[in-house]
Amino acid sequence: MMGGWIREHPILTYQHGRKVKFYVDGKEYEGYEGEPIAAALHANGIRVYRKSMVLERPRGFFCAVGKCSSCFMVVNGTPNVRVCITPLKEGMRIETQVGKGEIR
Amino acid sequence: MKETDILVVGGGPAGLCAAIEAARAGARVLIIDDGLRLGGQLIKQTHKFFGSKDEYAGTRGFKIADVLLSELERYGDRVEAITNTTVTGYYTDDGVFGALTGEERYFKVKPKRAIIATGAYEKTIPVPNCDLPGVYGAGAVQTLMNVYGVKPGEKALMVGAGNIGLIISYQLAQAGVQVQAVVEAMPKIGGYLVHASKIRRIGIPIYTSHTIKEIHGKEHVEGATIVQIDERWEPISGTEKYIEADLICLAVGLSPLIELLWQAGCKMRYVPELGGYVPVRNREMRTSHPDFYVAGDAAAIEEASTAMIEGRIAGLCAAASLGYRPPDYEERLEGFWAQLERLRRGPVTEKIRQGLPKAMKEE
Repeated sequence: MMGGWIREHPILTYQHGRKVKFYVDGKEYEGYEGEPIAAALHANGIRVYRKSMVLERPRGFFCAVGKCSSCFMVVNGTPNVRVCITPLKEGMRIETQVGKGEIR
Repeated sequence: MKETDILVVGGGPAGLCAAIEAARAGARVLIIDDGLRLGGQLIKQTHKFFGSKDEYAGTRGFKIADVLLSELERYGDRVEAITNTTVTGYYTDDGVFGALTGEERYFKVKPKRAIIATGAYEKTIPVPNCDLPGVYGAGAVQTLMNVYGVKPGEKALMVGAGNIGLIISYQLAQAGVQVQAVVEAMPKIGGYLVHASKIRRIGIPIYTSHTIKEIHGKEHVEGATIVQIDERWEPISGTEKYIEADLICLAVGLSPLIELLWQAGCKMRYVPELGGYVPVRNREMRTSHPDFYVAGDAAAIEEASTAMIEGRIAGLCAAASLGYRPPDYEERLEGFWAQLERLRRGPVTEKIRQGLPKAMKEE
């Protein structure tokens, strides 16, 4: 699998939050609470976050600072959520966004 | 609506230092940052800083963030910091900023002065398939692996052999990622020799006068074709090489994040040596708009060490403009400028020295 958590590092020790379950397109995954959703997705090998508006090309992570709009997903029903700077919470329901997303 | 003396937009090295200086002088400060924690790009920098003791040389970036945060805590009663919040706009008719916490909660801020320490944004390169997942900004890759402990890929190709590209190539190797190669369009490595030797020693090839011709993959990156270029930057046919990679890391430069300054009507100048459009400012880091100050990469793409000092200048001077003028104001200001001049000596900062006078206001 691509991605995964780094367990050994020569300089850093990582202090992760509580382990929580979340769902992507209905499938269950595990990540750490309070860390960006994108980090949890990437660790679980998920790289495609949405499909572009016109050509439906795959889009994913890019800038990690909430600026580029590449990582928009539908989170708990809200579209266009920047998953690179949105903290993960227990039970979040995340969906791949197609196009603009629908505001309910 | 929140009211404050000084709004600091951005809680990275420049913003934190601006807040410390302003609060030390006695002003009330509100810091707003869009990240999940304060510290900006410092929190992902595992390398040791250069410079002198005054600029925390020999200390790793993420530890400098801790030092600044504890310094800020001393003035805790005058400082408020809000994270996970983006300052979305400035309204010139009533001098109010809009801010958005998360994706749904808007509020307004009316400060007497604003210090724009928003930092920079990663550039990209226009090649076929450069939009595929797996093509990531260098800073983003650092965030994944150094802050959140996520392996950003299995096999990486680094684009850019400036300091950022070299340092992050080494960090990728530390995180267990196989770095296939570093490509650099310039005929010479741009970063410090000490960083280049480190990655050469662990066997990573650096291809100078090379660029990416095309990225391959369907749903995400699977590889790239690199090619040698001549002195006119034209690809030399027959020199193509295929490199297998699921991660392409772009370290091809940064642009200042200056939208709020444009909105405020600050006078801007295009100075390529400083990274693009930058605000005209004076020795107080005050822009042409009397209520707006700037510091760090938003003022010019430089280093965290200079950003911290610019932040201190902006914080000190913004507070003084509101009547919070410490008795050591003059000495402090002169001291900060002396520090900046020391840091900007040497051949690596030649471009900065050429660019800065173009952004300074004629008094």
